[in-house]
Amino acid sequence: MFTPKRVRRVVLIRAVGMCVLVTLGLARATAEQGPLGLGSRPTEAEIAAIDIAVAPDGEGLPPGRGTVEDGAKAYSEKCADCHGVEGVEGPYDRLVGGEKPTKTIGSYWPYATTVFDYVRRTMPFDAPGSLSDEDVYAVTAWLLWKNNIIPADAVMDRTTLPNVTMPNRDAFIGDPRPDVPQK
Amino acid sequence: MGKNLKKNKNEIANASKRTTHELGTGTSSSGMTRRKALKGVAGLVGGLAVNGFGAESSLAEALPHQVAQPDSTKRLGRPVSGYGERSPYEARVQRWQYQTPTDESSWTMSPLHDQRGIITPSSLHFERHHAGIPDIDPANHELFLFGMVERPLKLSVQDLMRFPAVSLTCFTECSGNTLTEWVEPTLADVQQTHGLISGTEWTGVLLSTLLGEAGLRSGATWIIAEGADGARMNRSIPLDEVGDDAMIAYGQNGEAVRPAQGYPMRLVLPGWEGSSNVKWLHVLKVTDQPYQTREETAKYTDLMGDGVARQFTFVMEAKSVINYPSAQFPVEGPGFVEIRGLAWSGRGKVTHVEVSTDAGATWQEAELQEPVISKSLTTFRFPWTWDGSETILQSRCTDETGYLQPTREALVDVRGLNGTFGSFYHYNAIQSWRVAPDGSIHNVHA
Repeated sequence: MFTPKRVRRVVLIRAVGMCVLVTLGLARATAEQGPLGLGSRPTEAEIAAIDIAVAPDGEGLPPGRGTVEDGAKAYSEKCADCHGVEGVEGPYDRLVGGEKPTKTIGSYWPYATTVFDYVRRTMPFDAPGSLSDEDVYAVTAWLLWKNNIIPADAVMDRTTLPNVTMPNRDAFIGDPRPDVPQK
Repeated sequence: MGKNLKKNKNEIANASKRTTHELGTGTSSSGMTRRKALKGVAGLVGGLAVNGFGAESSLAEALPHQVAQPDSTKRLGRPVSGYGERSPYEARVQRWQYQTPTDESSWTMSPLHDQRGIITPSSLHFERHHAGIPDIDPANHELFLFGMVERPLKLSVQDLMRFPAVSLTCFTECSGNTLTEWVEPTLADVQQTHGLISGTEWTGVLLSTLLGEAGLRSGATWIIAEGADGARMNRSIPLDEVGDDAMIAYGQNGEAVRPAQGYPMRLVLPGWEGSSNVKWLHVLKVTDQPYQTREETAKYTDLMGDGVARQFTFVMEAKSVINYPSAQFPVEGPGFVEIRGLAWSGRGKVTHVEVSTDAGATWQEAELQEPVISKSLTTFRFPWTWDGSETILQSRCTDETGYLQPTREALVDVRGLNGTFGSFYHYNAIQSWRVAPDGSIHNVHA
């Protein structure tokens, strides 16, 4: 049986305990979040050399430009063997046309900047990173034209590319799971 | 003796069968060539002949001194060595490669029917590479942490190892695990249906420790992680959702992370789809937005029947599968069978596994092997007496959030079948195995 006095004692003990826990927690957080002075500081040049990521708003796109016409040439030389002359035949991933559930640049990709980012970082498959930025802009332009997203005379650069609106742009949502009704 | 020999013969037969199946197109990866595989099988046969206990006839009449002793007791064994190898009699235990157009952008699956416990040997950890396995000299590898931070960091492997270290055990599962089973029962065995999962003890540095060192700037909400492979594989990670257990690992099962798993360092996000656990980690760029990379838009998104796709579906939901008996290790005859399996949940601990031996009509609680570890493979076992008649075995698990692994019908009701392979990723339905009257095990929908 708890008397009022014992209840007060228990509450007091718990309160002190909480304080100790909170203090320990803070100490731990400080230890984890305070700088330990390990590692070194990269130079601006070092960061610029490895920072090739392109954001959907175009942040990170390099200087340069590419036309659909230049892209046709670069595509036929560097890409067509794997993706087909028309971007449809393969043998590897189909890039052009189709409708969902077929997933191509035209039918599925929500951002045009992703095409540039992906081609620049890892294509061609057997020689990743070998294309110039101009070539990547040009191949991106050709792929967007081939998917009827930009006109034949469009020029892709760091300003125009982020402004391209992709057909499937608004068809993505967040994660609603758990989604299966539980019995 | 006779029974063991028979079992071994079955294993050899299965190994031969699997070898032919695996290498059906003449291509192979993961260092497994047809010649090597056949040599392994031949070694197994030879080993039985040389190391066997001799003729088994008239054992009952033999006097103790006449009973043949194993040859291994009568000769000096091999000397010590610097780096161990498994028994040559286990050579049949291999990852299985799904047939893909190239061997560099491909995947292999862990042999779950041979899984013993919750840790997958590093050599058998499933593989998924997008541009092959890079050859990285750790002396030339650095991790760059920059973007919306107060103090950008450049960390060598040695630098990383000086930070306060942590170890944790968790599963890693490809979001494409079991994707062939949405529409029809397609692949033959538990390795092929569920083998894109492995269990590992990882050692490294918490992501929060590195972010504390660099100091997040106000407004920082995402990290873009990038690998140093030919794909420069990149994924956007939301800071407000990623677990406190997120880490940069340099250790795997007591030694350095293996090249196929991200040597010399990788991201480990316990419970999250494998592709977000970026291997060969080279860049962590802190930003205020996701970068909409190819892997999180064109791939690894879940297309629903209404044309809308779910994006950033990181958590791997609760799932379980029976791995014994299996297509490779059938029931040997009526009588006692210990049904065994694996269960896991990306949301925490597995709290219950139930087993059905009558196609889901009734369910009984299975025993969980302690300790049960959050977001880790969990072993379950259930004693069963088989009467020799055809039936269907199933398992289902519940995790600490109360989530119950769904039936295939319930999953398809919600997500639909929107392509060749349904909605493709994140399939976690109950698996059904048919036990035929001869004890063989078959993949079915029930």
